[in-house]
Amino acid sequence: MSISRRKFLGWIGAAGAGSAIGNTALAGGNKHFTGYPGSYAVLHDTVLCVGCRLCEAACNKVNELPAPVKPFTDLEVLNKKRRTTAKTYTVVNRYESAGKKGPLFRKIQCNHCLEPACASACFVRAFKKTETGAVTYDSTVCVGCRYCMVACPFEIPAYEYDEPLTPRIMKCTMCHSRITKNQLPGCVEACPKEALTFGKREDLLKIARARIRKYSDKYVDHVYGESEMGGTSWLYLSGVPFSEIGMREDLGVTPAPDLTSGALAVVPMVVGLWPVLLTGIYAISKRKEKIAEQELNEAVKHATDEVKEKAEAKLSEALAKAQKEKDAAVEKAVKKALEEAAKSQAKEDS
Amino acid sequence: MSDKDTTADKTLFTPFNVVAGFIIIIGTVITIMRFTGGLAAVTNLSDNNPWGLWIGFDLLVGVALAAGGFVTSAAVYLFGMKKYHSAVRPAVLTGFLGYALVVFALHYDVGRPWRLPYPFIIQSGTTSLLFEVGACVALYLTVLFLEFTPAPLEWLGLKRVRELVVKMTLVLTIFGVVLSTLHQSSLGALFLIVPSKIHPLWYSPYLPVYFFISSIIAGLSMVIFESTLSHHYFTDKMDEAHLSENEGVTLGFAKAASFVLAGYFIIKIIGISFSDNWYLLGTSYGIWFLVEILGFVALPSFLYAVGVRDKNLKLIKWTSLLAVLGIILNRFNVSLIAFNWHLPSSERYFPHWMEIAISVFIVTIGIVVFRFIVTRMPIFYEHPEYKDNH
Repeated sequence: MSISRRKFLGWIGAAGAGSAIGNTALAGGNKHFTGYPGSYAVLHDTVLCVGCRLCEAACNKVNELPAPVKPFTDLEVLNKKRRTTAKTYTVVNRYESAGKKGPLFRKIQCNHCLEPACASACFVRAFKKTETGAVTYDSTVCVGCRYCMVACPFEIPAYEYDEPLTPRIMKCTMCHSRITKNQLPGCVEACPKEALTFGKREDLLKIARARIRKYSDKYVDHVYGESEMGGTSWLYLSGVPFSEIGMREDLGVTPAPDLTSGALAVVPMVVGLWPVLLTGIYAISKRKEKIAEQELNEAVKHATDEVKEKAEAKLSEALAKAQKEKDAAVEKAVKKALEEAAKSQAKEDS
Repeated sequence: MSDKDTTADKTLFTPFNVVAGFIIIIGTVITIMRFTGGLAAVTNLSDNNPWGLWIGFDLLVGVALAAGGFVTSAAVYLFGMKKYHSAVRPAVLTGFLGYALVVFALHYDVGRPWRLPYPFIIQSGTTSLLFEVGACVALYLTVLFLEFTPAPLEWLGLKRVRELVVKMTLVLTIFGVVLSTLHQSSLGALFLIVPSKIHPLWYSPYLPVYFFISSIIAGLSMVIFESTLSHHYFTDKMDEAHLSENEGVTLGFAKAASFVLAGYFIIKIIGISFSDNWYLLGTSYGIWFLVEILGFVALPSFLYAVGVRDKNLKLIKWTSLLAVLGIILNRFNVSLIAFNWHLPSSERYFPHWMEIAISVFIVTIGIVVFRFIVTRMPIFYEHPEYKDNH
């Protein structure tokens, strides 16, 4: 044999694992992806945010998005709860909290998950978690199925619903192209209050923890995004519970790919076992049929044999009877003839 | 809608043709609007509700209800239940048309339909459950097409090709069951990625199992339901074997459906226990959940059983409708009603009338094509030249 057993098993294993896991998600195991080393992130300190919407304006400009209906200087817009759309990658919302005086603000945009749900859900790999930390999207392969929008726990990706033939998914790119040119993301550069800080994720986590420690009366003791959905490249600090500024606290820490890896792992098992099982069932039902047919044939044969035997017995009996009768008749006839002969003899003699 | 309508010497303006024609004209107009104005022009889809009726009904319900093909061919060719043989062709035809229409409907929903083959020829996202769904549906559509071909080949008199296809029956059937297991379950597994968006009573790690088991119920019930309708409209197309076997098919499938429904009910209860969701049953969503599993799972299971015991065909036929409605309800619950339950009602989705019109349009196309085929090809009867030759 030209291939060794070990090699062969290796291939089989790789084929199975490959089809189950693909190339990013790790099904099972105890490996935990904590982001590319040295990747970038943004820390959003909501305590410092004043809701000026300058980040929104900058985002609109650097991404060359269509001009909004109302200008960015119009703060009336904040009266309504908004989300990201195909024309706005980021929005700032205002929240009221019972425990705090004055309004609170929070900026919303793609959180650039360490293990993105959108990337895991995309069946053409249009999304990519790059080593800079940004999750990018490639519209040249996108089919427009919108499963990424379903999958995103933060409800971020938006869709060009009014594009008849060339709709794209629209979402924050973390200014990936600017980062690679050593420029700050548009929103971070524009923020006048330093509510946004750009840097390496591990550094930002340290900064965030230091702020919490130093101003423990001002901050909730939690860095949102450190572990939510397995961790994100946008991190948040808040002075009130995060649910009060519209952030879900029930998302858990399981990265999205782990939620589906079990189901995917079953696929090669079904492919491998079902044909064996089904062929077995087929063979059993076929054999049952064959046995039933054999038994039927045997029964028929048995029945005909029995009938035949009986008939033969009856025939031979009848034959014997007939023979007997015949013999008797012959005997009788002979006797009669003899008697007659004797009679005539006697007559002659007399 | 009797067969007489299709003969050429009769008028074209039969009630069936008029209604179907009207629906097709409206569908065509909306189709033009969809491909000129985008999804925004004809749907109520939004950034929060990216999937609507066209996924919930056309894809999820469509695939589930087309399960009759794999269920029937597995019963006959693998489990050796030859007495149901006459049910195979109608079931395979329904399955094939069902899947073909699912793929057709997807062309409306996705942004760039001509890119649908991209996951297989350009770049594959194998971590996506949707990739698995796509791959299996594409392959299974091919399998169903091959399983269906003996009928048109007999119609066209191509004996040699037919022989070749018939020889592959066993392999095709096994392949069909494998693919059906995979994609029926994957449609449920699509939603595994969003525990945060689906009401806990419908979100379960067992979603793929639920979708697979309920697809068997859908398949069995659809065979009964569809044969009821066919008997009403196409009796004259049926041969002695088909007519005489029909009662046995109905009783046998009803019995199977009753058992599978009972099993499904049990695993749904296990699901509540597993996730410890008993406390949610008292909420309004809980009551809705109880309506689903008591009214559309437990009840049809019971009614099927009674129907089989009493040989009450009428009861069984109505129960099959109830079970089919139950499957539709379940798919709507998972994909539309329990999905995004955390959002305020102003941000929830309700289909636009044009979305409903397109779904009706697609079902109508299915009925028209089904009618075209069964009035011409040997579906409900065996072709005289190929008798006992399967």
